[in-house]
Amino acid sequence: MSRLGDTGRWGVGLALGVGLCGYLIAFQGGFSDWLTFTILGITTGAIYAIAASGLVVTYTTSGIFNFAQGAFGMLGAFAYWQLRYDWGWPAPIALAAILLVVAPLFGALVERVIMRGLEGVSEITSTVVTIGLLAMAIGIANIVWPPAGRRVDQFFAGESVTVGAINVTWHRIVIVVVAVAVAVGLRFLLYRTRSGVAMRAVVDDRSLSQLNGGNPGRSAMLSWGLGASLAALSGILIAPLLQLSVLPLTLLIVNAYAAAMFGRLKSLPLTFAGGLVIGIAENYSANYLDLNTTEVAGVSLAGLQPAIPVILLFLILIALPSERLRTGGVQRVRESARVPTMRSALLAGGALVVVTIAASRVMSTANVTRLSLGLATAVIILSLVPLVGYGGQISLAAMTFAGLGAFAMVKVADGPGPLVGLLAAAALAAVVGAVIALPALRLAGIYLALATAAFAVFMEKFIFTQSWFFGAGSIQVPRPEVLGLTFDDDRSYLVLLSVLFALLGTGVVWLRRGPFGRRLSAMKDSPAACATLGLDLTRTKVGVFAFSAGIAGIGGALFGGVSGSVSSETFLFAQSLPILLMGVVGGIALVSGALLGGLLLQFFSTVGENFTLLASALFVGPLITNFALVAPGLIGILLSRNPDGLAADLVTAVARAGRWVREGRSRPEQDTGPDPLDTATFERPLTPAERAAVDRALGLDPQELARGSA
Amino acid sequence: MTFRRHAHPGDAADPPLEPDPLLELSGITAAYGRIQVLHGVDLVVPEGSVFALLGPNGAGKTTTLRVAAGLHEPSGGVVLLGGHKVNGARPEDLARRGLCTVPEGRGVFPNLTVRENLQMATFTGVPLERIETVAYDRFPRLGERRHQLTGTMSGGEQQMLAMARALATDPALLLLDELSMGLAPLVVEELYRIVAELAETGVSILVVEQFARTVLGVADRAAIMVNGRVTRVGAPADLEEELSAHYLGASE
Repeated sequence: MSRLGDTGRWGVGLALGVGLCGYLIAFQGGFSDWLTFTILGITTGAIYAIAASGLVVTYTTSGIFNFAQGAFGMLGAFAYWQLRYDWGWPAPIALAAILLVVAPLFGALVERVIMRGLEGVSEITSTVVTIGLLAMAIGIANIVWPPAGRRVDQFFAGESVTVGAINVTWHRIVIVVVAVAVAVGLRFLLYRTRSGVAMRAVVDDRSLSQLNGGNPGRSAMLSWGLGASLAALSGILIAPLLQLSVLPLTLLIVNAYAAAMFGRLKSLPLTFAGGLVIGIAENYSANYLDLNTTEVAGVSLAGLQPAIPVILLFLILIALPSERLRTGGVQRVRESARVPTMRSALLAGGALVVVTIAASRVMSTANVTRLSLGLATAVIILSLVPLVGYGGQISLAAMTFAGLGAFAMVKVADGPGPLVGLLAAAALAAVVGAVIALPALRLAGIYLALATAAFAVFMEKFIFTQSWFFGAGSIQVPRPEVLGLTFDDDRSYLVLLSVLFALLGTGVVWLRRGPFGRRLSAMKDSPAACATLGLDLTRTKVGVFAFSAGIAGIGGALFGGVSGSVSSETFLFAQSLPILLMGVVGGIALVSGALLGGLLLQFFSTVGENFTLLASALFVGPLITNFALVAPGLIGILLSRNPDGLAADLVTAVARAGRWVREGRSRPEQDTGPDPLDTATFERPLTPAERAAVDRALGLDPQELARGSA
Repeated sequence: MTFRRHAHPGDAADPPLEPDPLLELSGITAAYGRIQVLHGVDLVVPEGSVFALLGPNGAGKTTTLRVAAGLHEPSGGVVLLGGHKVNGARPEDLARRGLCTVPEGRGVFPNLTVRENLQMATFTGVPLERIETVAYDRFPRLGERRHQLTGTMSGGEQQMLAMARALATDPALLLLDELSMGLAPLVVEELYRIVAELAETGVSILVVEQFARTVLGVADRAAIMVNGRVTRVGAPADLEEELSAHYLGASE
């Protein structure tokens, strides 16, 4: 394949497709079945294509991959329901209101208020901000439209035309017509109008676009408005075919991701082709293959059907021609993190254990469990510190590796015992992490994030649902034993968790301070520079993936030990999103950030669970039950103002306070005028400020100097 | 505020010629974060002249240019453009009013075609047809490649496209940053011939360069910048000697 040109690839693909269709028509039920399934496939595919094209428009024009695109579509569909069915507006007016006014305004507002603040941050932060937006959107939808049997009718419901021997509803014809119109319209806008060219120019070089007189802010708002409108359109079109409920509509976008990747996030025609391929593949596999009852060597294939779009996504990602390592200027990003010394890491670890011991003595049983869950979550988030924080690789599969860890713990603890089980948890997750890293090696940034998302969804749908994995319902997870010490008591388990977090956290800091950590940091800053220095990027990447997955595996085993049981629902892909979100909110390059993130995440869900009664009395019930989503989302969105995370602020504040105390409470200097160190010269006597600055720079103690001169 | 130089066809009510100087920086200080790079820059570009700003690496030349173009807000001092204070003005507003900047390292959009690059120049108010005519007449090679992505063209061709924008949009003030960077000497000479051409039509030009020989040939006045300050202003010939001392001496 690799030696074929693009035309060759298309030829092969087309020939395979025609061959497959011929086979299906000849041997699998004849022409009319085939036509039915193909039309179904094309129409769902067309909706994916519309959603994906919105994604491509916002990505190509703002450089931000909007994970919340599906959530925008979901909100659009609900808003349409509100106008059309709850308020009884006529369909054309409701449609125009949503697609031409509400959605574009919403998109433009999101750009103006949130995304514009993201200039100069790393791809990790911008990704996490859109994940925060996704969480917020789900929370808001649940608040405004609490679950109830809502439905949206098809357009021209009841009308249909006969094609060959089958009936095609007008709704499906509308979908295809709209998709074609969208494709042609977008092409025209982006390549034939100055506004479109300006939108593309902003991505290339924002400041040059300004120097040309273009207004990048306006272009970005336009593209986000357009993206939101396309999302709403796809949501409104698919709601009658699917169902009007929050999560399915939001996660539908994963299928659109695959379509967008098919077009390499650039080409709109390929994106549309990708949408069709995925829609058709989904429908053929659902109708021609009998996966639900098939078993191969004890492995049920029932989970394969819903995993087909993500399998395609993964295959498309690893088949993408690898981007050349970017040379030239090193990208400066706004994020920066201190590397703690081993001494302070050990001190902080010790402090954590002491505080936890004290807390375990005084807290109620319920709070001990909550704190334990928070610490176990913190261990899972800690797995992202070396990978995402130090190495700059985005992973959306932390919970998946945690699930593998829990599984290993369960299976191994029965035989060799729970301590070996904990090691097995780390080992299994690490091995799978290394294996999954291998095909993903060439990927970086958003592509890597999507590959890990595809892996996570695949595991969730196909592996975690197997009866031999987490059992039919749930499965018991034992707690580790150390040297004959058991931790059946919740309070002692809490202390064990704090000790393990402290150990793992110190280990992570130790790693960062060593040669491997320097390699990681170098890889994050400039892969190209690393390659020219002869640094083995493959080993570094595989190594950090394995290390991170291993920690996540331990975290998963410990997490399962808190409540004592896990199920296939514990380690969903959707759970990995708040993990990454809160990790970045806490401070992804800091061990303390992981701790803060884990505790905050647990705190938010505790608030959500416990204040429901009180809140319903105060008529803010839905807000509080959805607090676990809305709060992290809100904080995630605020990251655009503070990309280093909360823990970094705390560390800086502590350091500043320390300096303030040490320096005899002298006020911090104002940043007015030039730095005295720069103005100091030997051509004239030093001013007092310059003398002080020079003394400070040389590390001389002013008091000692005063004594010396006296 | 406008300081556009030429009246466009049908644009009868253009303001009369503004008094010189066209660009005046006084006491400009600027910093990146906590690191101050400009410590009070004074600079005057008289109307209709070519002004060369020279100096070693890290002297603050590019930052001075960015301040003049509106890309970097100075922390102190005054930027006067055509007699109006423009501190804090947005770069796009300055560009629409007759300021053309060709930034360091090719002022083109690599993922747009030649024609689309020229289309971006229409924000200055000059129609695309006119821009294309001027650009393709002066650089026939650009006309041949109008549908090619500029990222796939050679460095010289990219720089020509950037200069074509300056030629076609008829600016009052042109800011050029390191025009010669990474280009063959012949191409550099060609580019400076265009600078001279532009100067003859009355455009005021501020050129930032590290390598001084070629630019001193076309400049009316020149200044040397070291460590964030303008240390010397004078006629190009007077500065030439001092310059070599600076380059050779600074590396000691």
